[in-house]
Amino acid sequence: MSEILSPSRRGFMIGVAGAGMTITFFTACATNEETPEVNAWVQIGRDDTVTIRIARSEMGQGTLTGLAQLVAEELECDWERVVTEFATPGRNLARNKVWRDFSTTGSRGIRNSHDYMREGGAAARMMLVSAAAARWKVPAEECAARASVVTHAPTGRTLRYGQIAAEAAALTPPTEVALKPASEWTIAGQPKRRLDTADKLTGKHLYGADLRLPGMLNASIRQAPKRGAVLKSFDASAVASMPGVRKVVPVGDAAVAVIADTWWRAKSALDALPVEWTPGEGSDFSSAAFEAVLDEGLTAHQAFVGNSAGDARGAIRRAARVVTATYSVPHQAHAPMEPMNATARWTAERCDVWAPTQDAEHALEVAAEAAGLPVEKCEVYPLICGGGFGRRGFADFVEFAVAIAREMPGVHVKALWTREECMQHDFYHPTTKARMTGGLDAQGRLTGLHIRISGQSISAGVAPERLVNGGDPGVFQGLMPPEAPRQDHVLKYSFPNLLIDHAMRNPQVRPGYWRGVNSNQNAIYLECFMDELAHAAGRDPLEFRLAHLGASPKAAAVLRAVAERGDWGKADGKFRGLSSFHTYGGYVAACAEVTVDEHGVLKINRIVAATDPGHVVNPQQVEAQVEGSFVYGLSAMLYGEITVENGEVQQRNFDTYESLRIAEMPKVETIVMPSGGFWGGVGEPTITVAAPAVLNAVFAATGKRVRNLPIKDQNLRTA
Amino acid sequence: MARLKVNGRVRDVEVSGDTPLLWALREQLELTGAKYGCGIAACGACTVHVDGEAIRSCVLPVSSLTEANEITTIEGLSRSGDHPVQQAWAELDVPQCGYCQPGMIMAVAALLKSTPNATDADIDSSITNICRCGTFARVRKGVHLAKTKS
Repeated sequence: MSEILSPSRRGFMIGVAGAGMTITFFTACATNEETPEVNAWVQIGRDDTVTIRIARSEMGQGTLTGLAQLVAEELECDWERVVTEFATPGRNLARNKVWRDFSTTGSRGIRNSHDYMREGGAAARMMLVSAAAARWKVPAEECAARASVVTHAPTGRTLRYGQIAAEAAALTPPTEVALKPASEWTIAGQPKRRLDTADKLTGKHLYGADLRLPGMLNASIRQAPKRGAVLKSFDASAVASMPGVRKVVPVGDAAVAVIADTWWRAKSALDALPVEWTPGEGSDFSSAAFEAVLDEGLTAHQAFVGNSAGDARGAIRRAARVVTATYSVPHQAHAPMEPMNATARWTAERCDVWAPTQDAEHALEVAAEAAGLPVEKCEVYPLICGGGFGRRGFADFVEFAVAIAREMPGVHVKALWTREECMQHDFYHPTTKARMTGGLDAQGRLTGLHIRISGQSISAGVAPERLVNGGDPGVFQGLMPPEAPRQDHVLKYSFPNLLIDHAMRNPQVRPGYWRGVNSNQNAIYLECFMDELAHAAGRDPLEFRLAHLGASPKAAAVLRAVAERGDWGKADGKFRGLSSFHTYGGYVAACAEVTVDEHGVLKINRIVAATDPGHVVNPQQVEAQVEGSFVYGLSAMLYGEITVENGEVQQRNFDTYESLRIAEMPKVETIVMPSGGFWGGVGEPTITVAAPAVLNAVFAATGKRVRNLPIKDQNLRTA
Repeated sequence: MARLKVNGRVRDVEVSGDTPLLWALREQLELTGAKYGCGIAACGACTVHVDGEAIRSCVLPVSSLTEANEITTIEGLSRSGDHPVQQAWAELDVPQCGYCQPGMIMAVAALLKSTPNATDADIDSSITNICRCGTFARVRKGVHLAKTKS
């Protein structure tokens, strides 16, 4: 068995008995004779199958297909013969980081790797052309590649990539490669179908939760329900005789797990296991009580300034009219459909981990630490994730799986969490409030704006090295000044007098990156308040916004596009709301159309969205991301709320943490309008404009401002 | 022990009677197409057909079934993945992460069997599966496309 499972053997096969199928886990090793590796990104079989290596994770967002399109574009290969495999972080280290960054967060899977991956494709193409030219003994300049065939133009001779890949692989890689302009793309930029769909339709695709490895045992885990609590004791004897149970083990100092032959038996035994916990710091934390701390931050003297221009306070003091409003957003759970899981096999010499992860490199570091082994003796095999949304950028589930596997040396152990564990032990979208103050002059012009954000910093909770002088610049996503190091989060409105500051108030609830991250609440705060200001000034919300977008034609263009397609200003008795934002390097806007009936029941009928991410690699997948981001964002706006009482998360499953269903799905019309010249994100930007556009439309329909989220059971008809 | 008829074959499974059908399928019969998403019949990722009806298998104990009940999982929905719903799903590239899709497809297949001309209102009332990626727009399109393929 150890030979079959040796990770040094490329692509070991695991038979899945009974179902008659096999799955191959590639370990992205070096070249072999049958399928020569032309370079790290491209491997070509004698049958012309092109394998493109992908280091970024695939969790539904389509990055795997998009990156393959970009490599294939430069490689000039036959798209119909393209397959992909994941690079692994251990091999990456062994090969001097040839695949670079694995982290798949911040909408940067494509925008931060398109250049070196396209160069990889182009270099491989040049080597294939050189190999063909050498065989024909003609100058390479007389040869051209297209659809995996090299043609010598003067003689019409051809060679397929599969025939020359081995010779190409032996050549010295070119030092300079030229990339095609987007205007010449034929594979990239096209609405190609995803490469990972077929097996997702038949049940054949194996997610981490489905993984079955030889001799594998299953573990179910329970963490201390209260924040800060630790494991005091458990009575293993109470469950030792239950069917299938192998072992009950502590996991770290705040969790316990049952290992059994099947997961259902492990979980049943864990449910029956008597466990005692010792409360710790945070075990008495309550969200309701924390409200007062957030409120105090709204007016606190000290705050970290994120963006400042002119004299906002002075302008507001001198204003003819001052408008104020306070908004709040609660904690959110990620709740990807596939619960957290990882499978590990540990021995004193080696540790292997199979994990749906958004950052295999980080997962490897965590695995090595938990394994007590040098990183060179560990490997992580990334799996396609059943959703991620930021949750799988953390690797606590990898740490637990390895800790549990250490209790069963040499045995594969899959540690799968229950939904309840996932909901109660997430890295939650932070909670914040914002006090908005705007000054208008007699003509209804905005002369000063102060946004005071009070609340949680993600960096303080999980990445303190990102703090600057104790402050968290990341809080200001989408609100940053023009000179900010993060140009992809610069505020595109120009305001004469502006102050945006943050009073950090951290609850004892660990925060995390949640699709859209801080841009979610920042867009709600800014874009709902812009609507409030426009109405207070008696001006049209579109015109009011455009008056401050003169310096950003791209931001103005997406806003105009949704207004036009979304019938903004049309006197047809429908109620609409607008929003626009610039975040993760993308320019986005939305126009929502709603009805609220006499009982206060909200129906979101239609949202027109526009996105300008600079370049678009796959327009149909961009549309899918826009639609999907709205479901995620509107679920939070309508229902999403994680509350903690006496240290314990009150929501346990989808019955108490609701998600939008198909009946509530608005008609979404997406305008994909790439203006070229830059690479912006796609997965996250549009989520930020969904909620504010809808909330502004709710005001249009009811005259009521919803400022505290989620809407949940707030009566929209009671002013 | 329980005796189940799954995808046309009678199978014996070594589980206690209170084991949910989902886990008998996944861990005894190695049919992992039906997914664990919530365990409380809230999300629909575990949807299979029992006697032609869409059932959330995560809360259905195997003791409530006999070999007379025809259980169909996503693996048995069609011989080669070409059920009209699967065809429509492939054509429209419906899945994103895909984890909820076997359940979604089984729910839609059951709907179209009972209501071949399903309207948007039928979809709204029958398809209550959760998809966190948010594929609903394409799911709806896919239902209407699948109708033309039946």
